[in-house]
Amino acid sequence: MYRFSLSSADLHALPSGALHWPAEQLLVVSDLHFGKSERLARRGGALLPPFETRDTLQRLDDDLEATGARGVICLGDSFDDLRAAEAMDPADQLWLTRLMAGRDWVWIEGNHDAGPFALGGSHRAELQIGPLAFRHIATTQTPEISGHYHPKLRLAGQARRCFLLDQARVILPAYGSYTGGLWSHDPTLTALMQPQALAVAIGKTALPLPMPR
Amino acid sequence: MELPAALADWFAAQGWALHPHQLAMLERAGDASTLLIAPTGGGKTLAGFLPSLAELADGKHKGLHTLYISPLKALTADIRRNLRRPVEGVGLPIRIEDRTGDTTYTQRRRQRADPPHILLTTPESLALLLSYEDAPRIFAGLSRVIVDEIHALAESKRGDQLMLQLARLETLAPGLRRVGLSATVEDPPALAAFLGAGTQVMQADPGPDPDISMLITQQPPPWAGNGAHYAIPAILDQVKLHKTTLIFHNTRAQAEIFFHRLWLLNTEDLPIGIHHGSLSREQRDRVEQAMVDGRLRAIVCTGSLDLGIDWGDVDLVIQVGAPKNVKRLVQRIGRANHRYNAPSKALLVPANRFEVVECQAALQAVKAHQLDGDPRGPGPLDVLCQHILATACAAPFDAGALYGEVITAGPYAGLTRAEFDSCLDFVATGGYALRAYDKWQRLMIRDGKWSLRDPRTAAVIRQNLGTIIDTETLKVRLKGRMGGTPLGEVEEAFASTLTPGDTFLIGGQVVRYDGLREMTVEVTRQPGRDPKVAVFSGTKFATSTQLSERILQIFQQGDWPDLPSHTAQWLSLQREVSQLPQPGRLLVETFGYEARQHLVLYGFAGRNAQQTLGLLLTKRMEDQGLHPLGFVATDYATMIWGLTEVLDPAALLDRASLRADLEGWLGGNAVMKRTFRNVAIIAGLIERSHQGRRKSGRQATFSSDILYDTLRKYDAGHLMLAITKDAAMRGLVDFGRLEAMLQRIGDRLDHVRLERPSPLAAPLFLEMGKVPVDGKGRERLAEDAAAQLMRDAGLT
Repeated sequence: MYRFSLSSADLHALPSGALHWPAEQLLVVSDLHFGKSERLARRGGALLPPFETRDTLQRLDDDLEATGARGVICLGDSFDDLRAAEAMDPADQLWLTRLMAGRDWVWIEGNHDAGPFALGGSHRAELQIGPLAFRHIATTQTPEISGHYHPKLRLAGQARRCFLLDQARVILPAYGSYTGGLWSHDPTLTALMQPQALAVAIGKTALPLPMPR
Repeated sequence: MELPAALADWFAAQGWALHPHQLAMLERAGDASTLLIAPTGGGKTLAGFLPSLAELADGKHKGLHTLYISPLKALTADIRRNLRRPVEGVGLPIRIEDRTGDTTYTQRRRQRADPPHILLTTPESLALLLSYEDAPRIFAGLSRVIVDEIHALAESKRGDQLMLQLARLETLAPGLRRVGLSATVEDPPALAAFLGAGTQVMQADPGPDPDISMLITQQPPPWAGNGAHYAIPAILDQVKLHKTTLIFHNTRAQAEIFFHRLWLLNTEDLPIGIHHGSLSREQRDRVEQAMVDGRLRAIVCTGSLDLGIDWGDVDLVIQVGAPKNVKRLVQRIGRANHRYNAPSKALLVPANRFEVVECQAALQAVKAHQLDGDPRGPGPLDVLCQHILATACAAPFDAGALYGEVITAGPYAGLTRAEFDSCLDFVATGGYALRAYDKWQRLMIRDGKWSLRDPRTAAVIRQNLGTIIDTETLKVRLKGRMGGTPLGEVEEAFASTLTPGDTFLIGGQVVRYDGLREMTVEVTRQPGRDPKVAVFSGTKFATSTQLSERILQIFQQGDWPDLPSHTAQWLSLQREVSQLPQPGRLLVETFGYEARQHLVLYGFAGRNAQQTLGLLLTKRMEDQGLHPLGFVATDYATMIWGLTEVLDPAALLDRASLRADLEGWLGGNAVMKRTFRNVAIIAGLIERSHQGRRKSGRQATFSSDILYDTLRKYDAGHLMLAITKDAAMRGLVDFGRLEAMLQRIGDRLDHVRLERPSPLAAPLFLEMGKVPVDGKGRERLAEDAAAQLMRDAGLT
C-alpha cells in the first residue's frame, strides 16, 4: 500500500489497483470490464477463458473485506458493454449483488457502458465528495480521480499496471482481469500529468517511482 | 517416363549430363511418394522437377500441375529463375510462378483465378490458399507436390502444418504424388514416414567426404567463453588463402561481437560482411548482392545462411564455437563448394578448452556419417487446432471425414479420435469447464457439418495462420530526416533496458540509443566506443545426445594423441586429481571454494536439461535447509553453490521426488508462460499483434501471462495447458532428456570430495548466465529498482 494525499485527503493506493479513502470509508475502482470475454466471443473473436468476471469479483471481495469500506465508486467501464451486463452469469450476478448489499454503491458512466441500470446502486456522470471530483476520463477541473487510460509501466524488465498521481489528479489502473494498458510514457499521459508526477506500480506490492516518461 | 527429346537436346547443348538419381526420379515418376536424399550441389531440385517438366511438355494439362514448397521465400524466387532457363530455352508451354508473402495482391488474385502449371510457395502461403472457398477448384488438377529441404521443415511445427495440408490436398486431388528432397537426413525411414505412409527412399551417391579439420592456433583457446576471439588472426589468414569464406556462429550476439572484433584486426581491409536474421531486409539484400557479385571475401553469419540459394564461390566454411549438432554442421559444411563430386572444405574453431573435445567428437561423427537429431514427437495439437479452424474457413466439414483425413498425415497417424474431438471442441466452444459460449460458439453444426458461426470472422482467422511466432521486436533506425536508415531489429525486452546514451552493437557498428519514437528505436553512430551488447533472440541449442556420448567416449581413452597437447594435459590432470566422467555413471564433485560449498554434477544432458536440473535441485536444497545461493548450467554440467556442504548427493537425486517437484515448479515458471504464448497464438486463442495495430497506443491485446494464470486457477485441466506442458517438457525444460539421464545412471553415482575445484570444474566459474536462487526473487529486484529511481529523483 502507498499512502499519499490529494487536496489534504489522505489516500491509499492498494497493490490490487483499488484506491482507498479511509476517512470516507470509501473504495474506488476503475475499468472493471466485466464480461470482456463474452463480448469478444459475441463479436466472433477468440474464445478466451471465461473466468475474468469471477476473478475480478474475488479481488473486489477481498479488498472490501480488508478495508471494511462502506461505500464503493466504480469509475466507469465497469462492463465491457451493456449487453455484457445483461449476459452476466447468474452466479456472478448474485455475488455482485451480495457485495453491493448494505453499501453505498455508485456507478460512474464510462465510454464502454452507460451504467448497468438493472443492478441497482446509483448512476452518475460524475460525483463530488469534499474537495475531490470522481469521473471516468480526466478533465481540467481538478482535483479529480479518474480511470479510463489503463496506465502501465515497465519496472525491472516486467510490465506492471500503475496509478499515476500528481498535485492535481490521480489516474487509476484498470481493475478488471483482462485489460490491456497504455504505457505511462505515451504522449497522452505525459501531457496530462505534471512533471513531478509519480507512478505507483501495482502487483504483489505497491511501489512508488517517478512516472516513466 | 522419358525425357522429351527437346529437353534432352537442350541439356546436351548445355553440356549437362543428368545424374543417375535424376534419371531414377524420371523412371519412378509414377510412385505415390518418394524421399530423395542427394548431396548439396547434386541437382536434387531439378531431379524433383524433371517428371513435371516431362509431363507438362505437351501443353495438354490445364491448371495447376505441380506445387513446390520450400521453407524459404528466397528459395522460391531462385528456383523460379533456375527452372525458367530450360523451359524458356526449349520453349515449353509451361507457366511457372511463385507465391509468398511478398507477392502483390493483384498477382495473388490472378493466381487464384487462373493458377499456373507450377506454383512455388511456402507452407504459410499454402495455408492461406487452402483456407479460401475456391481451394477445391484451384487444386482440382494438382498431380505432384515437391517439398524441398524437408528435413528443415520437419524440425519445427511448420512441418506438422505442411503434412496436414498435404492430407487436405490429397482429398482435393486424389492420387496426388509426393516428393521430398533433402541433403541431410539422420533417419531416412522416419522422415519417409513423416512424408506419408508408403514413401520410398531414394539415396543418391553421397559424393566425396568433406575435407574437415580443427583450426589449430598458436595460442590455446581460453578456459571458458564462446567468442573464439583468440582465433581471429588465424581466421583472417584463412580468409586470405581462400576466395570466399563463410564464418558461421551459433547466435546472433556472438556473430555481432566477433564481427566487431574482426574488423579491429582486419588491417588489410579485406571486404567482410555480416548477415543474420535481426538485420534489416535492405541490409541483408545488400550483403547477398555483394556476395553474388563476388565483392566479399568473407561473411560472418548465423543460421540465416544454413539453407538457401547458392550464391558466390564459397570455398571454405568456418564454424566458430562447438557445432552442438552434427546434422547442422554437415548442412553448413555443404555451403562450401556447391559442385557435385568435389569435397567441401571446412574448419572448426573451438571457442574454449572444453569445445576442443566437442569439436573432436564432431569430426569423428562427420567421418562416421552419423547424423543426429531428436526423434520427432507426435504432431502437436495446437497446430491441429489451427488446421481445423482454417479448414472451416474454406467450407463446412464433417468431423468424421476430417479426422479420417488428418490421420493420413505422418505426424498425426497415431492421433486418437478423443484427441481430435478435444481439439474440435476447443476450436468450437473454447473447451472450458464453464460452458460460457454456447451462444457464441466459433464453429456450429449446421446440417450435420461444422461451419463458422459468423463467416465474417474468416478474415481474422486467415491473418493468424502459420506456426512461426515472432518475438516482439522493435525496428532500429539511424536518427535523421525521413525516418532514417533502417539497421535492423532488437527484442522489445532488450530495448526496454536501454536508457539514452547506452551503446550496443548492431550490423557490426556501435550505436548510441537516443530514444524511442513511435515504436522505433532511434540511434546514432558511435564509432570506437565499447558497446553494451545487444541480446538477440538466437536460441541456445543444446549439445546433441550423440555428441555428448562421443565426448564421454573420448574421455575413456588412455591418452589423447588426436587432441592438442594443452587439452590432453587438462584431461590427464582431471583424471589425476578426480575422475573423468564415464558413460552410464554420474560423476559428482563437491568442494569448498571462496567460502562457498560447491556441488558439480556432470550429467552431459544438454544445456536445457542441466538447467532444469539446477532449478529442481536448488529448490530441494532450499527445502532441506542447505542454503543454495545460485547455480550455473552448461551442456555438460550443473554447478550449485551454497552455504552448507552437500554430504549425500544421491538423496537429492531421487527420481520420483524430482518428478513431483517438477509438477509444482513448472506451473508458475517463465519458461511455461513463454511456451503458452506460442501455443495459444498457434491454436487461435490469442491473435498475433500486428505492427500496425501496436501503433494505435492502447493495445487491444493484453498479456498472455494473464490468460495463463487465469486458466491455471480456474480450469487446470484445459487443453491449452496440456499442450503447453507437453511442448515445454520436450523443448526448453527438456525433462525427457533429464529423466533419460537419471534412468541411465541409476544408482551408479561417483561422489568425489575435493579440496579445491577440479580441472573440469574450473571453467564453470567463468561461465555466463549464473542463476541466483533468491527467495524473494523478482519482487526484491523491483523494490530495489524503484527505490533507486526515487533516490535518483531526490524523492526519498
